[in-house]
Amino acid sequence: MGLFGKTSFAAIMRRMFGKKHAKIGIYGPPNVGKTTLANRILRDWTGDIMGSVSEIPHETRIAKWKKDVKIENGNSSLFMDIVDTPGISTKVDYKEFMNIYGLNKDESKQRAKEATEGVIESIRWLEGIDGVLLVMDSTQDPFTQVNITILGNLEARNLPVLIAANKIDMEESSPATLKSAFPQHPVIPISALTGYNSENLYSTMIKQFSRKRKKKRRQ
Amino acid sequence: MTKNIDGISVNLVSRDKLDEFSSTEKLNFILKEVKKGKVLVLEQGLTPFEQTELIEHTMKEIKQDTFIGIEIEGYSEDKQTFIQKIFKIIKKPRMTVIGPADLLKTIRKDSNMIQTRIIPGTGAK
Repeated sequence: MGLFGKTSFAAIMRRMFGKKHAKIGIYGPPNVGKTTLANRILRDWTGDIMGSVSEIPHETRIAKWKKDVKIENGNSSLFMDIVDTPGISTKVDYKEFMNIYGLNKDESKQRAKEATEGVIESIRWLEGIDGVLLVMDSTQDPFTQVNITILGNLEARNLPVLIAANKIDMEESSPATLKSAFPQHPVIPISALTGYNSENLYSTMIKQFSRKRKKKRRQ
Repeated sequence: MTKNIDGISVNLVSRDKLDEFSSTEKLNFILKEVKKGKVLVLEQGLTPFEQTELIEHTMKEIKQDTFIGIEIEGYSEDKQTFIQKIFKIIKKPRMTVIGPADLLKTIRKDSNMIQTRIIPGTGAK
């Protein structure tokens, strides 16, 4: 038995300076690649996948989660419960599923109904998480109200945020725009589809989500 | 939602009026007006928590053939200064425009201007 009894020195240091286990929510608007990224993380670290992906928005309409995913980088590691949340939006129009994506009326209405429930579920998950991987589409304008609302909410809760600037495999992507839009947060350009820069994402996740932060209560 | 064929109401709501409301009253007021087809410009916007609550309430109110949700754009809270942080002075969020999603469409937004378009009759779908 050492100086600290059965508790290792490393455990004491972790207790003082950071944590080893965190519940991380993958958030963002619909169709930015949240589930593709969740699948990438799980495939890389567990060999599993989180869920199906589709070009039709609101494919994920119920939050899915995977517990105890261990992510390592050199000597550091972090266990994460990863929650893949439905996309957050301010509107859901079933006609969009019909007119743009060719679903029939019943399918479209059902998808729209489930999508609205999914948005509510995503917002409620914010209460119980330790950090957020906020996925943005680097081919799109970053100043959307949904991005700003999510970020404002996380900042007000004092939750650690890491922005994944996704889809940088696409020609029109501009991760630099995202970086300049949100200079107060770490922004990692990635392609969840190809896995480009995922090592950098993982090491930043460990760094960002291991930090011990005092959560603010809702006012 | 019934669109007024005589035109679309765009109402500027003063900070004083908004200050009279509790958070819940404010959100109820906004949704009620927007569901009537009105566009609101709030002199003082919503806090981040109010914004997520508004989204949550909006999702509950969606009726597929009559109300598909809201379009909202605004500027977030200014950064707190050192003094404000010390004295815990909460800076209020800034101007915000909110309207029915089938009527109001954001064209462009930057740090100086929010450009929107109101599409009467056919909506913005």
